[in-house]
Amino acid sequence: MSDSTVTVHGAHAEHEHPPYQRHHFHSMEQQVDTTSFAMWLFLLTEIMFFGGLFTAYLIFRNWYYPAFVVASHQLSIKEGTANTAVLIVSSFTMAMGVWSAEMRRKGALVLCLCLTFVLGLVFLGIKYDEYHEKWEKHHVPSFHYSTKSFTDPASDPEIHKSYPDDKALPLDMARHTEVYFGLYFAMTGMHALHMIIGISILAFMIFRARAGAYTTGHVTFVNNFGLYWHFVDIVWIFLYPLLYLISRHS
Amino acid sequence: MSTQHDPHDQHHGTGHDHDPNEQDVHDTLNHIVSPVVYITVGTILLVMTAVTAAVSFVDLGVFNAVVALAIACFKASIVVLFFMHVKYSSKLTKLTVFSGLFTFGVLIMLTLSDYFTRAWGRW
Repeated sequence: MSDSTVTVHGAHAEHEHPPYQRHHFHSMEQQVDTTSFAMWLFLLTEIMFFGGLFTAYLIFRNWYYPAFVVASHQLSIKEGTANTAVLIVSSFTMAMGVWSAEMRRKGALVLCLCLTFVLGLVFLGIKYDEYHEKWEKHHVPSFHYSTKSFTDPASDPEIHKSYPDDKALPLDMARHTEVYFGLYFAMTGMHALHMIIGISILAFMIFRARAGAYTTGHVTFVNNFGLYWHFVDIVWIFLYPLLYLISRHS
Repeated sequence: MSTQHDPHDQHHGTGHDHDPNEQDVHDTLNHIVSPVVYITVGTILLVMTAVTAAVSFVDLGVFNAVVALAIACFKASIVVLFFMHVKYSSKLTKLTVFSGLFTFGVLIMLTLSDYFTRAWGRW
């Protein structure tokens, strides 16, 4: 018992290191490498998680192709593109936040984190508007789900005007549009949950950054949160073409 | 893209000997990517988003999906390389990212080739 105490004291005396270096790491370099390796391992599990959803989407799209094509015509390309742009700009502001932390510029860091926070909220706001429209049209999978837009396209004049070539589906195929919307809500919903978690962590980081926590040389937290935020951006980069774009001309 | 190198680069590989008087101890540990790179990458991402949205309004048959996914892969690649610093990271990080994507590729390819070929010869 006393031996280990002696060792720790000895280590302190002969081995100066920054206060944020944990004692079980040999050097700061090792600590930084280890934490970023751990973050990447976590992101790999996230890739597998979203990968399962993407695979399910591709399989069902292949099986119920006509239903998936007309169901995807319900999405607004305008809102999807706007959200893609918002997320890309938020990734840029987050990257600038990491740079500000590295350069020890507290004001710039707080500004970048606030901008990322606001852009995240804008994304969720646009997403809410899209969800709300699906709710009003009874396109949320549930007992209230309605296939009317697909069995009788003329009953949905707004979409019918944009896609006049869409033919009415027989009822059995029209039922499968519910699978499309089920996957749409599962995928964008899990993505939105990641956004909400990210925004919550951002709020915490803004408080900590204002107190100067990340601008004293210890940037690991900002760095690893940046990796998370960019990962969430990448998920959307794939959701956007798969859900909104690829079925426009099918 | 030569602007991505910054003065801190010279510290790389010089070892980290925890000199208590050294103020910038942590700055030598991460490659600091210049804002010029971030602005360039961000602009390319926004331009590619506009391109992929515009292309979806042109009828290319099956190539609509191919082009849209190719652009998405390109966008994801530059996010990983520059925003996520993989281009400037250790071999361990590069290997981790690559092995994860490779494993995911194997899983999705085998699963899809199973499902997409089940009906072959049945019509």
